[in-house]
Order: sequence, then structure tokens, then C-alpha cells
Amino acid sequence: MNPDSLHPLAQAIVAALLVLGGLFCLVGAIGLVRLPDFYTRLHAPTKASTLGVGGLLLASLVWQAAAGSGFPRELLITLFLFVTAPISANLLAMAALHRRTPSIAPEPPVDRS
Amino acid sequence: MIPAALAFACGAIALAMALTAWRLLRGPEPTDRVLALDTLYVNTVGLVIVLGLWHGSSLLFEAALLIAMLGFVATVALARYISRGDVAE
Repeated sequence: MNPDSLHPLAQAIVAALLVLGGLFCLVGAIGLVRLPDFYTRLHAPTKASTLGVGGLLLASLVWQAAAGSGFPRELLITLFLFVTAPISANLLAMAALHRRTPSIAPEPPVDRS
Repeated sequence: MIPAALAFACGAIALAMALTAWRLLRGPEPTDRVLALDTLYVNTVGLVIVLGLWHGSSLLFEAALLIAMLGFVATVALARYISRGDVAE
């Protein structure tokens, strides 16, 4: 697949989507390092797996649509990640609650009525 | 334009994997480590896609799909082991 055989507009779109996908993967990893608590850290990889890998798969989709044919198998990967990310996040949150992982969120106010 | 974008995406994902590996080594709780492992799987899927685009081979998409599936199963197994001490009832 020669990248120069594409229309210049398609080249620009593919390049922009590639840069966007890579940046969001990096943003997810930076969030994983910098956020203070496990329950806050649970939110960071969702950006990497949806916008990051989704952007890269969109770039591949546009490239294949502009210079090729066939069923885009990349949609399967995106769909699979979209469906399984909430399941794994839910199971990890249940595991953290089971281990009584400390949270930086304040205790809810006690209702003394 | 596209080779430069591919190189940038490759470098960004490599840096993301290094940062996630730091959390994998550091994470004070085992759940932090499982989360870092899941993120590493997702970053690997992204990297394999970028390499597939770079070399123009459509075979690497099958590898990316396999890595995604096995990564999900591994994350579920580890989370269930942490929360109940057993993977399957």
C-alpha cells in the first residue's frame, strides 16, 4: 500500500487521524501515571482505548476506503474494544472495592434525621 | 506526510507503553497493576495497527484482534482472581 497513491486530502485526513490516535494513547498513559487514586485512574485508559485506538482504526479505514476495497476488519477491533472496556472496568472496580482500596473521595454526609 | 505521522504515532504509543510499565511496576495495589496490564494490551493493539499500516500488510489486523481478545480474557481472569480467589466457579 503506497501512501503516495492517495488523494492529497485523504493523505491529510489519514495523517491527522494517526496523530490524534497516538496523542490520545499518550494522554491515557499520562493519566494512568499522574492521577492520585485507583478509582480516578480507572478513567484514564478509557480515553486511550476509545479515542486512541479508535482514531488509529479510523485512519486505517480511511486509507483502505481511499485506495482499496473489501470489508473493513478494523471495525471488528473497535467494536470489540467498545464492548469489553466497560466489562473489564466494572470487574476491576469490584475487585478494588472487595480489597477496600482507599479512596480520596470524602465520606458521604451521615443523615441524622 | 503519512510516514511522518506513522512515525509520530509509533513514538507516542511507545512512550505511552513506557509510562504504563512504570505504573505496572509502581502500583501500590494489585488492581493498579491489572489496570496497567490491560492498558498495555490496548496500547499493543494500537502499535500493531500502526505497524500494519506502515508495512502495508493486512495480516497484522488479525494479530491485533487476537491480542485484544486475549487481553480482555486475561484482565477478566485476573480481576476475578483478585476479588474471589478463583477464576471459574
